[in-house]
Amino acid sequence: MRKALSVGRKEVRQILRDRRTLLILLFVPAFFLVIYGYALSWDIRHIKMAVQDQDHSTASRSLVSSFLNSGYFDFAADAQSDADITRLMNEGDVRVVLVIPAGLSRDLELGRTVPIQILLNGDNANTATTVMGYALTIVQTESMNYRLVAGTRTTPPLSVESRVWYNPQLRSALFLVPGLIAYIVMITSVVSTAVSIVREKERGTMEQVRMAPIDAASFVVGKTLPYFVISLLSAVAIVLVAMVMFGLPMRGSWLLLLVTTSLYLVGALGLGLFISSLAETQQVAFQIALLASFLPTLMLSGFIFPIASMPAFLRGVTYLVPARYFLIALRGIVLKGVGLSILWEPLLTMSAYSAAVMILASVRLRRQWS
Amino acid sequence: MRRIRFLIWKELIELRRDPRLFSIVIIAPIVQLFMLAYAATTDIRDVPVVISDADRSTASRELIQRFGASPSFRLVAVTTSSTDVDRYLERGDAWLAVTIPAGYDDALAARGGGAVQIIADGSDANSAGVSLGYATNLIAGYGQELSARRAALGVSPGAGARIGALEPRVRVWFNPRLQSRDFMIPGIVALLLLLVTTNLSAMGIVREREVGTLEQLNVTPLRRSELIVGKLVPYGLVGVVDVVLVLSVAVLWFEVPLRGSIVQLFAMTLVYLLSTLGLGLFVSTISSTQQQAMMTAVFFFLMPMVLLSGFVFPIENMPAVIQPFTYLLPLRYFLVILRAIFMKGVGIETWWPQAAGLLGWGVTILLLAIMRSSKRSA
Repeated sequence: MRKALSVGRKEVRQILRDRRTLLILLFVPAFFLVIYGYALSWDIRHIKMAVQDQDHSTASRSLVSSFLNSGYFDFAADAQSDADITRLMNEGDVRVVLVIPAGLSRDLELGRTVPIQILLNGDNANTATTVMGYALTIVQTESMNYRLVAGTRTTPPLSVESRVWYNPQLRSALFLVPGLIAYIVMITSVVSTAVSIVREKERGTMEQVRMAPIDAASFVVGKTLPYFVISLLSAVAIVLVAMVMFGLPMRGSWLLLLVTTSLYLVGALGLGLFISSLAETQQVAFQIALLASFLPTLMLSGFIFPIASMPAFLRGVTYLVPARYFLIALRGIVLKGVGLSILWEPLLTMSAYSAAVMILASVRLRRQWS
Repeated sequence: MRRIRFLIWKELIELRRDPRLFSIVIIAPIVQLFMLAYAATTDIRDVPVVISDADRSTASRELIQRFGASPSFRLVAVTTSSTDVDRYLERGDAWLAVTIPAGYDDALAARGGGAVQIIADGSDANSAGVSLGYATNLIAGYGQELSARRAALGVSPGAGARIGALEPRVRVWFNPRLQSRDFMIPGIVALLLLLVTTNLSAMGIVREREVGTLEQLNVTPLRRSELIVGKLVPYGLVGVVDVVLVLSVAVLWFEVPLRGSIVQLFAMTLVYLLSTLGLGLFVSTISSTQQQAMMTAVFFFLMPMVLLSGFVFPIENMPAVIQPFTYLLPLRYFLVILRAIFMKGVGIETWWPQAAGLLGWGVTILLLAIMRSSKRSA
């Protein structure tokens, strides 16, 4: 332990010498959480819509205004011809085109069913699905209104009463902010330790360390300690910022949150050290660190893409992504307020993960030294 | 010119001497593309759902069977009391809990109004919203079927009245099956290229400085602009190899439709490489250690590009204050161009402003890098 501490002290001195890196590690994560938390959202509003109204009647105007009054659609253009529509869609000026056929009001009076065309830009399938849902609801509601006017509305035989737990308004901030916390913390930690060992190799100081009476395990622990303190400070700052700025609730135990975050940090820092022990040059270490943390943490952790919908082999791969467990635990603690009785599983896996990467790094280093 | 050629040669030798770097730069993007492309589906399927059936009647079993048969849902469990479902939601084993109350069958038969309760786990608001929509649709469809059955028996009133109705007909352009993969894969390609090439070049100059060989380069008659170009070309070559590989995987394996011109696609990718490599070199000139270079690149350039470029989070959803800042990101322009070429099949006549923006960005950052490095040598 004493050996580990002296390695740690040496590392602290080195960190203090590079002020820019220290400042980045301490403050930049929280700063960026504010920006991203504010900027990003899944809530789709102000969808730009073009209208091609071939009927010009009270009925068609009423349909258009029910789109605009819904608060989701903004009128962007009046399409006169099919060429207009193609141009507007190709250039991305509008996302939706509503085409109302001529003879709408006449057909309605005759009691016919009139097709209303809705053209959607499907490039972003997620947005398009949501927009389609809005549009369908609006058209159906308008259609129901006709029955209401005619006085023949009947009660549907089956009704749904839905409730949302933990996030009743389905605010996307409550969903995004925990993901951003996991993401930013992961990158900060991996990036901070990824070079710490390989730098000594590249500069030739590793030989001196090898000569010193230090074993690989305490070297690895000593390297982790100072970064652990820095990352924990920055993680706490991030969580506090999330609560103050974005109204992230805290329904569970603070202690459990601290333990969970620490475990996650050790895993992430350990991953960085493991990468560092693998590489021979800093360039290689960075390259691996980026590829291992940047996109996988974003895409395989359940942050953006639900794991349950992934193909089976990929669901297996996600077990290697520590953010996956942290995200379950974080959402569980702050949003659901559940305790250890439910979260023991992700916590246990995170501990195993952290231990595994630290041991791998030490083993790898010992083999290089001998 | 000869001096640049020597420098390029030196860089290529260095790359060859580091076989691990070489294999990472070539193999890793392909492996990543394979995994991430499969992950990148926002199409939500197999929503885990738990149903508590307090009624245990033929009618309730029929409803449960509807959920079981739908590809959108995966039945995790059917319980008999509504308190049991709490645990499933707390543990996250189910996203939705459907509660069929006791007396459901009777209510359905007698008054014509059965009610089903759905609880959604809102901690993942996005999935919750979508799956709630699925469930509501499923039940509404089932309800319509019930009333149709009843109408056939002549129970329902008002069946004879003729009232006009609207029938929405949706046509989806550019991506008729609404596959998010076709949208995401071009983005992943762009991001992988960004990570690999920016990282390579960000270390390029600062590494020489840290190891001490920059001094040696300084005493040679090599000019600063020549140093930058000499670094740019070999990394650019590596980038081009990557481009060919990942684009082939995207088109041949994942069958992302390539509707536009392949020549334009390739040309714009080269312009994009110019900006990612230029960015790396610029970072390299403003850093004194490789660690600093990495931190600067990661936090001030790469992370904003992943999150704010429109890669997964649509720019149009962002607040108006933020949106102008996204014009500072070269990836933003390139994503528009890539998606336009892949999905819409439109040519430069539609996206020339983005192309101009991308080119301008690349040239500017390269000039900045050259200027920064010449100040250093003075």
